[in-house]
Amino acid sequence: MTCHTPSTPQSSNQKITQRVALMGMPNTGKSTFFNRVTKANTSVGNWPGITVDLLQAEVVMNGQPTEFVDLPGIYDLQGFSEDETVVQRFLEQYPVDLVILVLNAAQIDRQLRLPLQLKALNLPIILMLNMADEAEQYGIKIDTEKLSEFLGFPAFLMSAKYGKGYLKAYEEICQVLKQDRTVAIPINDLKSRLTKLHPISIDEIDAIIQNTVEMPSEISISLTQKIDRFLLHPIFGLPLFFLGMFAVFWLIWIIGLPAQNVMDSLTGWLQTNLLEPILQPLPNIVQDFILNGIWNGIATVASFVPLIVLFFMIMAVLEDSGYLSRSAYLMDGIMAKIGLDGRSFVMQMMGFGCNVPALMGTRVMRSRALRLLTMLVIPFALCSARLQVFVFIIAATFPNQNGAIVLFSLYLLSFVAAILTAALFQDFFKNEEPFILELPPYRFPTWQQVFSRAWGEVQTFLRRASGFITFGCIAVWFITNLPPNTTGLETIGGQIGQFLSPVMQPIGIDPYLTLALIFGFIAKEVVIGSLAVIYGLNSGLVSQQIAESVTFVQGYSFCLFCLLYTPCLTTIVTLFNESKSEKFTIFSLVFSLLLAWIASFIFYQTAVLLGYS
Amino acid sequence: MSLLELKPGQIAFIERVDETSDTIGFVQRLAALGIVPHRQVQVLRIAGFGGPIHLRVGTTTEVAIRRREARLVQVRLT
Repeated sequence: MTCHTPSTPQSSNQKITQRVALMGMPNTGKSTFFNRVTKANTSVGNWPGITVDLLQAEVVMNGQPTEFVDLPGIYDLQGFSEDETVVQRFLEQYPVDLVILVLNAAQIDRQLRLPLQLKALNLPIILMLNMADEAEQYGIKIDTEKLSEFLGFPAFLMSAKYGKGYLKAYEEICQVLKQDRTVAIPINDLKSRLTKLHPISIDEIDAIIQNTVEMPSEISISLTQKIDRFLLHPIFGLPLFFLGMFAVFWLIWIIGLPAQNVMDSLTGWLQTNLLEPILQPLPNIVQDFILNGIWNGIATVASFVPLIVLFFMIMAVLEDSGYLSRSAYLMDGIMAKIGLDGRSFVMQMMGFGCNVPALMGTRVMRSRALRLLTMLVIPFALCSARLQVFVFIIAATFPNQNGAIVLFSLYLLSFVAAILTAALFQDFFKNEEPFILELPPYRFPTWQQVFSRAWGEVQTFLRRASGFITFGCIAVWFITNLPPNTTGLETIGGQIGQFLSPVMQPIGIDPYLTLALIFGFIAKEVVIGSLAVIYGLNSGLVSQQIAESVTFVQGYSFCLFCLLYTPCLTTIVTLFNESKSEKFTIFSLVFSLLLAWIASFIFYQTAVLLGYS
Repeated sequence: MSLLELKPGQIAFIERVDETSDTIGFVQRLAALGIVPHRQVQVLRIAGFGGPIHLRVGTTTEVAIRRREARLVQVRLT
């Protein structure tokens, strides 16, 4: 690689002189190629007029700072889907010096449409026929030189996953960029050019294919077919899927949650051994602000990191192996009835570990309506943090052995809330895109793919969420610590708790517990700890205090409210980052609060009427 | 006959794809996945609970298509 120097952070101030756009059909390994060219040194760019996040990276090519932009995968340059509109808009608004078009070599017989359409735009193009290894296995032979002649731009075979043929293609990119050319300009008249474009006929594609590609007439029974006979079996397919989901759930439970505890001990250790001694000379209130406001925010963010890493390693395996699309196939019959699909189900299950990465994971769904509906129901998944609260409250208010049944009922309600919500809003978030999903052949994910996915997602999370979360923690610190020298119900938060009592009393939640719910806005784990602060007791006595002052009906009403109301701050921030819509985020917030109140109200008042209180 | 009437294992040729009013760009999306007149398709299996159809298009592309959408694809048996 002669012309490649990975960019340094300082170089981001340099003026970008050329831009390369990466285009391609979905599932062609475009992002793998992008990661290879940019050495995974990517960032999320803000493009005015573009509604989705685009990954971009700066790479120095031929001594010139060059910007690589990864555009969403599209099937059709003239299409109407959100991704297709984004690509059209991008080409209309931003000048591009070179388009790298990534296609799946094994599916060239249908994917050739896209380069033929793109040709009409008169942009410099390089065609990368990725997954050359798979094409070879199928017995597909492509004469790239002849293909280049037909298309009028260079074409290369490569395997981005294994790095085969990549260097040659890379040299060509450098070469094309080096050629003297007029300054690139955006294609303002893209729409009219595309409408003038004649529909690419099958004969046109076939004429090129016949001259340049040797396709096997019959393919031998592949490994994928053999595996599918088991995994997609009409009877055993679903049970195998549930078994797989259970394994994923178990992994999050066994590795993810303890890893979160390790992170908590680490931040706790830093606090007692480093932060507290340093802050010693400062006034008490300042110490408290730094520790319980700012540091609490940082520790909250940090505690999510191990979960996100694990979650996206699992996601990378599920997605890159080809099984995630198959889960959509298996579950679609059931999920379509409530407006969702099988991938929503996978995310919902993962949400039982933690809602945050589950929300981030919805990005695999390209239809916005489907994604929003899935994001609306994920927060009802009873995550591990809420579980801690429930276990504590149940233990304190249900002295007999019925705790397990109570907990099970909450899990059940979590499902019911999700299903009812989806059913209720499925017409509102109506999926307008046709449901036709590619089922790629089974592939072995590489370690590189798995790690770079996890790393990329953690970076995204830290960059986008850490500021908001720290800010939220500071805000909650203020309302629960001011005015100075007050505790419990005397603080602003306590006042709010009392102020809300006409609303909260009918559902059996007293001002103390209301204040705990306000704390719970940061993270549900905080609820128990906050009770100690609110009552001014140590945590052992809190349990006793609750057992004395809270009846089991009130306790269950509190659990119900906790299950359904506003998920934690991190979830809300993620919800906003992923939906990019204030309206949707507020809607989700208000709806879940309302649902929580109504559910608790119905439960509590019925229980009171029946004489349990 | 429509794609929906094919049984698992059956091979057929696409005759035409009907456009509908409630899904935009349906014909184009199917074309991008290789479902165009004269191409060969094979039904590999059909999912339970009213689920989608697992279809092979041409030689190397496999897709899942919902029954509602499959009804709009007209085919001719070989």
